[in-house]
Amino acid sequence: MIPAALPPESWLEQAPLLARDAVTGLLPQSWRWLAGSLLEIAALLAGFGLLFAYLTLAERKILGRIQNRPGPNRTGWFGLLQPFADGVKALTKEDLIPDGADRVLHFLAPVVLVAVSLLGFAVLPFGRHLVAVELDAAVLYFFAAGTATELAVFMAGWASRNKYSLLAAMRALAQLISYELPLLLAVVPVVLVTGTLSTTRIVAAQAGWAHGFIPRWHVFTPWGAAGFCLFMVAALAESNRSPFDLPEAESELIAGHLTEYSGFKYALFFMAEYFGMCALSGMAVTLFLGGWGAPAAFLGWIPSYAWFTAKLLVLLLGFIWIRATLPRLRLDQLMRFAWKFLVPLTVLNLANAAGWALTAGWTGPLQLVRWAVALAAVVGPFVVLGRTLSAGTAPRIYRYA
Amino acid sequence: MTFTLLLLAVLILGSAAAAALRPNLIHSALLLVVSWLGVAGFYLWAGAEFVAFAQVLVYVGALSMVVLFAVLLTRQSRAELRVDAPAARRVVWAVLAGAAVGGVIGAAVLGTNWGPVAPSAPEVTVRGLGLQLMGAHGAALLVLGALLTSALLGAVVLAAPDRPRKEEGS
Repeated sequence: MIPAALPPESWLEQAPLLARDAVTGLLPQSWRWLAGSLLEIAALLAGFGLLFAYLTLAERKILGRIQNRPGPNRTGWFGLLQPFADGVKALTKEDLIPDGADRVLHFLAPVVLVAVSLLGFAVLPFGRHLVAVELDAAVLYFFAAGTATELAVFMAGWASRNKYSLLAAMRALAQLISYELPLLLAVVPVVLVTGTLSTTRIVAAQAGWAHGFIPRWHVFTPWGAAGFCLFMVAALAESNRSPFDLPEAESELIAGHLTEYSGFKYALFFMAEYFGMCALSGMAVTLFLGGWGAPAAFLGWIPSYAWFTAKLLVLLLGFIWIRATLPRLRLDQLMRFAWKFLVPLTVLNLANAAGWALTAGWTGPLQLVRWAVALAAVVGPFVVLGRTLSAGTAPRIYRYA
Repeated sequence: MTFTLLLLAVLILGSAAAAALRPNLIHSALLLVVSWLGVAGFYLWAGAEFVAFAQVLVYVGALSMVVLFAVLLTRQSRAELRVDAPAARRVVWAVLAGAAVGGVIGAAVLGTNWGPVAPSAPEVTVRGLGLQLMGAHGAALLVLGALLTSALLGAVVLAAPDRPRKEEGS
């Protein structure tokens, strides 16, 4: 918990802390830290569990509207009870396990996946006083916790004893490993400029307004904007979202490593996917979008956690919008995109951020030079690399269409 | 504190022993990952946060994949994943090799002059670690970086096809 930086704190800002203290106050002193931690865990689970439920509904509704159909609208008002109907359906479906499957690993894979995907939430600062665990190396913890998802995917593919599952798991692993590199490299510039791995201090570094009205969020600097875009693209791929959802590709690849999963285990895989998406979006908000900070000074009376939630929801809706818009990539396109396009750009962006940090003292007309050079360092490689890589592949002529 | 250490030791040694004894190679690899996680837990217990997370990132995230891919790429079928009980000769050699490694490490530990114990545990921050790495041990870091880069380039050269593939029609 960081000490409050701003003098006047509204009652709403303090509300979560007051609620926690009201509950833990009922217990003897020595039990309070344990009860407080358990309450934080329960709040995270309940909050993101509900967010998961309504995210699936929002996704189906929005996809439906984009495809000119109503989406689920029969269960409850406007389909609002649909997630619970889905939950009951998943719970009551038969849980099939292939005859030759490795039963223990087959059971462990979805459990490990969900458990691991929840770990990242611990270090996200949801509000001024709302961070479950304050760590000096929080960013490193976040990505270390995320790497274990690869093991779960492998376990799912291998334990199913199905050649399609195993091949799809290897394909999914190749994707996850390839995109982890740009994901991590896109974060390094933020660590470089702020000089810390702690999420709360990264948010604190983005407080304040330049010229009185432009927030000092990293996304409003050239390297930050590029880093944010690169991070979000890699996050799309890491959370198996469209257009990088070919590990599951339900229409072409019979759901990949999930082929032999049914019932609630299948639902757990999807839960983990949405948790991963929420955690990575929360990390993007923390690293690039100013965390819980308000976009303008006069909006400061709205509690910090409301701003975090609003930014998180905008990013999540962006994920859904992208899914409705873009077609799925092929595996070779996916790999080429990661290794030949994203990785070089993230490395160049790191150099760009280093230059930005070194020229922090420049003022007056030199400021313009600083911006021009940084912008050129973002746009130039993007255009050159993009043109070079897509040369000869586009525009495509469809002879038989 | 001691009880936690005991639990961690049981986890690390138990999963390592199980990894050595399981007949199924994939199970052995996954149990090895559990053992590495236990080591990360030990680092956390010892207060070395950064090292613990780095251990998880490198060992659980990356090295486990190398091990699993190696197992899958070198076995033709599931039947070959089973490892039969080794012959007596191999057991003897394995014990001898293990004892030799243990002896070298034990001798190094016993031969080290530990010096006086600091009155309080030093506060180790990520910043301090980074400054140490880039300052006092900068040369070693650069050598490691060059080594890993050359390994990566070697892997690319090995994996790249000799001839450029024919362009697909259309």
